[in-house]
Amino acid sequence: MRLLSKKDSRLILDPLADNNPITIQVLGVCSALAITAQLKPSIVMAISVIFVLGIGNVVISLLRNIIPSKIRIIVQLIIVAALVIMVDQVLKAFAYTLSKELSVFIGLIITNCIIMGRFEAFALGNGPWRSFLDGVGNALGYGVILIIVGFFRELLGSGTLFGFKVLGDSVEKTGLYAIGYENNGFMVLPPMALIVVGIIIWVQRSRNKELIEEH
Amino acid sequence: MEHLELFFKSVFVDNMVFAYFLGMCSYLAVSKKVSTAVGLGAAVIFVLTVTVPLNWFLDQYILQPGALVWLDGNSDTPELSAYYGYDLGFLSFILFIATIATMVQLVEIVVEKFSPALYNSLGIFLPLIAVNCAILGGSLFMQSREIETALLALNFGFSSGIGFFLAIIAIAAIREKIRYSNVPAPLRGLGITFIITGLMAIGFMSFGGMLTAEDEEEVTEETKTAIDIEEKIEIDNETAQAEVSEVKN
Repeated sequence: MRLLSKKDSRLILDPLADNNPITIQVLGVCSALAITAQLKPSIVMAISVIFVLGIGNVVISLLRNIIPSKIRIIVQLIIVAALVIMVDQVLKAFAYTLSKELSVFIGLIITNCIIMGRFEAFALGNGPWRSFLDGVGNALGYGVILIIVGFFRELLGSGTLFGFKVLGDSVEKTGLYAIGYENNGFMVLPPMALIVVGIIIWVQRSRNKELIEEH
Repeated sequence: MEHLELFFKSVFVDNMVFAYFLGMCSYLAVSKKVSTAVGLGAAVIFVLTVTVPLNWFLDQYILQPGALVWLDGNSDTPELSAYYGYDLGFLSFILFIATIATMVQLVEIVVEKFSPALYNSLGIFLPLIAVNCAILGGSLFMQSREIETALLALNFGFSSGIGFFLAIIAIAAIREKIRYSNVPAPLRGLGITFIITGLMAIGFMSFGGMLTAEDEEEVTEETKTAIDIEEKIEIDNETAQAEVSEVKN
């Protein structure tokens, strides 16, 4: 027997490309862009969102028949906030410098539109297992974009990956720098995150013409 | 002066959208027409102005380490209080978001009751705002930057709102114009909006140098002391060398 039925595996795979939360649904851009100057915080952020969205979707799905629809937004926010506090405390305990670096952006996972969007659109109407898959799938789709952006910004901006000097030493002029390559300091600045995402959207939509918007 | 500086800093230098990308979701979703953008922008100003000072009081009197000392009347001599060692900082996310969600709901009810006209223009955006990153971001930045007085917090909330308002109106106007331009098909809509926002953010970075006059003085002082130390070391070296040569002689 296969682990996932075909329908279930679509729940995970769709958001990775053709229904990506960031580039197609435009959800969760808020806290995504500011922390992608380097690869490591991007990955930590992606893992945090996978955790919060996966568990949160299950909890909401279990409670979906009990929550009164009028106050559901507050209930959802409280559940997310509790999960995010857990993530925040774990990061503070085991990766203090990184949690300082991410500063308020871990807290802003609470208002990450992906999370509320998936709660509203999926978890309120589906069972726990499918909601879990949907949550993990969407968070992965979010994480993929984050990691792509983080990869290019760190590589082109500071010539490193995870802090390792993969392109050689820029001060002592070794590796690529020996033949005159220079870091593009612009990539480290926040606005470039937006432009990199714009380019990702461009590439994706030129490969898949169905996604093109009218205006 | 302090207030004026904070105002300019929050509107231009630390603009919510262009410097920190907060509120991007609604910024991208509701910026197709200027008229709706004005509605959302006004709602954000309003809610930020209300929630940031409110959360400031929560932060000061409940969340900060030792903030609970007023409970048994020992505000002047905090060491004597039974609550001196308490630190509820980890609760800030949940308290802030609860305040914001209830305030938004409250504002919605009040506005609907007393000003149906305003409700019709603002009302549809209010539920959107509870989950707007700019609102929670305002409160979290207020906390992490340790804003000192309630008035400054009010100022911070209001001016951050203005910053968001400016950004969303600017992009909505540009998007209305760009509809008549010949944009490459795959970039149409979302893609070009991202890139334009990036360019605008680069433009806004030029405000960054505006308010750094004081910082520069500090920096020069620091470098001065560094230079002094270097000189001292050099002089020490010279005297040491002189001593050595004397001994040789």
